[in-house]
Amino acid sequence: MQQDQAPLYEALEAVRNARLVPLDVPGHKRGRGNKALTEFLGEQCLSVDVNSMKPLDNLCHPISVIKEAESLAAEAFGAAAAFFMVGGTTSAVQAMLLSTLKAGEKVILPRNVHQSVINSLVLCGAIPVYVSPQTDKRLGIALGMAVADIKDAIAENPSAKAILINNPTYYGVCSDVAQITKLAHAHGMRVLVDEAHGTHFYFGKAMPVTAMAAGADMAAVSLHKSGGSLTQSSMLLCGGNINADYVRQVINLTQTTSASYLLLASLDISRRNLAMNGIEIFEKVKRFAQYARDEINQIGDYYAFSSELINGDSVFDFDVTKLSVNTLDIGLAGIEVYDILRDQYDIQAEFGDLGNFLAYLSVGDKNKHIERLISALCDIRRRYKRERSGLMETEYLKPEVVTTPQKAFYAAKRSVRLESCAGGICGEFVMSYPPGIPILAPGERVTPALIEYIRYARQKGCMLTGPESMDVSRLNILEEGSYDG
Amino acid sequence: MMDDLWFSEYHTKNVRFSIRVNRQLHDEQSEYQHISVYESPDFGRFLTLDGALMLTQRDEFIYHEMIVHVPMAVNPGVRDVLVIGAGDGGVARELAKYAGIQSIDVVEIDAHVVDVCKAYLPDTASGFADKRVALHFEDGMRFVRHAQSQYDLIIVDSTDPSGPGEVLFTSEFYGSCLSALRDHGILVNQHESPFYPEDAKAMRGAHRRILSAFPLSRVYQAHIPTYPSGHWLFGFASKGLHPVRDLQAREWKALGIQTRYYNTNLHRGAFALPNYVEEQLKLDE
Repeated sequence: MQQDQAPLYEALEAVRNARLVPLDVPGHKRGRGNKALTEFLGEQCLSVDVNSMKPLDNLCHPISVIKEAESLAAEAFGAAAAFFMVGGTTSAVQAMLLSTLKAGEKVILPRNVHQSVINSLVLCGAIPVYVSPQTDKRLGIALGMAVADIKDAIAENPSAKAILINNPTYYGVCSDVAQITKLAHAHGMRVLVDEAHGTHFYFGKAMPVTAMAAGADMAAVSLHKSGGSLTQSSMLLCGGNINADYVRQVINLTQTTSASYLLLASLDISRRNLAMNGIEIFEKVKRFAQYARDEINQIGDYYAFSSELINGDSVFDFDVTKLSVNTLDIGLAGIEVYDILRDQYDIQAEFGDLGNFLAYLSVGDKNKHIERLISALCDIRRRYKRERSGLMETEYLKPEVVTTPQKAFYAAKRSVRLESCAGGICGEFVMSYPPGIPILAPGERVTPALIEYIRYARQKGCMLTGPESMDVSRLNILEEGSYDG
Repeated sequence: MMDDLWFSEYHTKNVRFSIRVNRQLHDEQSEYQHISVYESPDFGRFLTLDGALMLTQRDEFIYHEMIVHVPMAVNPGVRDVLVIGAGDGGVARELAKYAGIQSIDVVEIDAHVVDVCKAYLPDTASGFADKRVALHFEDGMRFVRHAQSQYDLIIVDSTDPSGPGEVLFTSEFYGSCLSALRDHGILVNQHESPFYPEDAKAMRGAHRRILSAFPLSRVYQAHIPTYPSGHWLFGFASKGLHPVRDLQAREWKALGIQTRYYNTNLHRGAFALPNYVEEQLKLDE
């Protein structure tokens, strides 16, 4: 098999053309039983929304075309094994953690991990050891993991089973994955990489090092982000020291037995496209991003940051396809600019946080849309610029983990007004979305500073999710004696 | 007996406008759009972009006179003009009639449109021959973003918002125009039509967005036989000059400029709009 082939996609086309009589599920029968849906999504789409069958293999136990497609993907990514995932990168992250950690075992990880990582800890009962991320004071963003911090965490927790790295971050910041992997392996720990934003590292030219090339054990890659596959499709990559057959068993614990062939085919087609055209595709994205940064930095007051942040450690490398813009000197929070862009200029950016917003660029962008973004930023400055004062400096709030996320999640709790929560142990998540990084996780102590941060984020229009109380006016606090620390 | 050869443009899904053609003179797909030139018995040569008729030799004078002389009669002292789009040269030709104008920057994204017009439509492309005209082949939005208080008049001669003209109908573009104009600056734009629903939607969108940037925004009309419904609009926005109250009729007449459609009485009348148009525009004011 060669990278210009797409065995799963080809098998689907063959099944479509074979015109089998569909006396099986799905019940829409190639769309004929659901006219409104067919009209909405198109006949092409519905005619390949089929169930697993002999010519199409089975994701739970792949022996033919899915196996071939996964092998081609493994080869393309430089991995020993690759799994097609249909539950989002969340399912890939879960599989990494659940196949590595058992209840009571420790994992070293940065605080700025995705929600899915801490959710996975609720499932497996592992104990998180958070490494404080280095932060950039000016930008108010968490950076990568510093090697010295990892060394300290390893020394303090020699029994930890794994280190999880978030690489690159949403903003494009990369850690020294190769060095961290060397350290971890020297102490018998696995390296798991949440590489959700790093698919293109495997295919572009002069990109930051990939998890697989750095020798990491497992990596979760969101092909649907920079890789162009359908939303919710993803891949899990394994290095040579991983028992892939055991990983498959773990995946099957929570994976659907009716995996969507639309998602699977999109992974196969995207892998082929990336392998064949990746260099050209991401050179174009880099040019877009660099042009936009140059123009935005000329406007004044905005700061579109890039590789000048590289410091050899907590910013070991930078993903120059990312277009992140700091807005604090305009006198607006990033989330405010993000909202104005959509409400006044019909431009939907990826996310905004307190100090920055991120525009997601890809091969699908057009010059004129980049021009619209730049001109809109120019116009926002003209219309809204105000004094910077009054904007809170964001700072990293170090969590105090009192008990494991699993124990806290299942402990007895009572609902308490937010203002009165200080000192209590939180039984639920508080996320600010985007970018989906926890403010509080189950098992952590609530502090006055955290309460203030939640209020501020709410006031700035961030979407706060997680707690049972939808507006985060209350939190579930653990009853005394209902958990052990 | 000639062949039964017709150019047709869909003005709506159910309404078609057709012109009999003798032959197609040019046909190409440029980086930005599909460019064609036809020759017809009744309208002479005409230019189409992405299948939409842009100008005919027979009626282009109406459009070009109305987009240029209306703002020029409000401020005959205009010195520096920025023209966006207008790759056919018609706007530049009308502007060149004013001795007081010192510079005319024409920003057209598609150099191929200019080449084609120079080859097949010399009546309009003649506008580019004037020494004051500087042609810039680049994105109009980008160009205007880099200009600060340096023009007295900006004329936006765009295609429909569905094509490459999309950016020229956005708030960010109008905001940049405001910054590029001097204190007495005027912005005039191709403002779509009130009649068919799709065109009317574009008209309302443009009006709303111009109003978000400019303190004064009015709409005026002309009768253009080959445009959808024949009833076409232009936008007049300024930092203060009123299109009728500030009309300098005597001064403009003294310039002795020859026109076939425009005159200063018609100028006043052009701003008197039918009720149904006023109502649609008011929805967004």
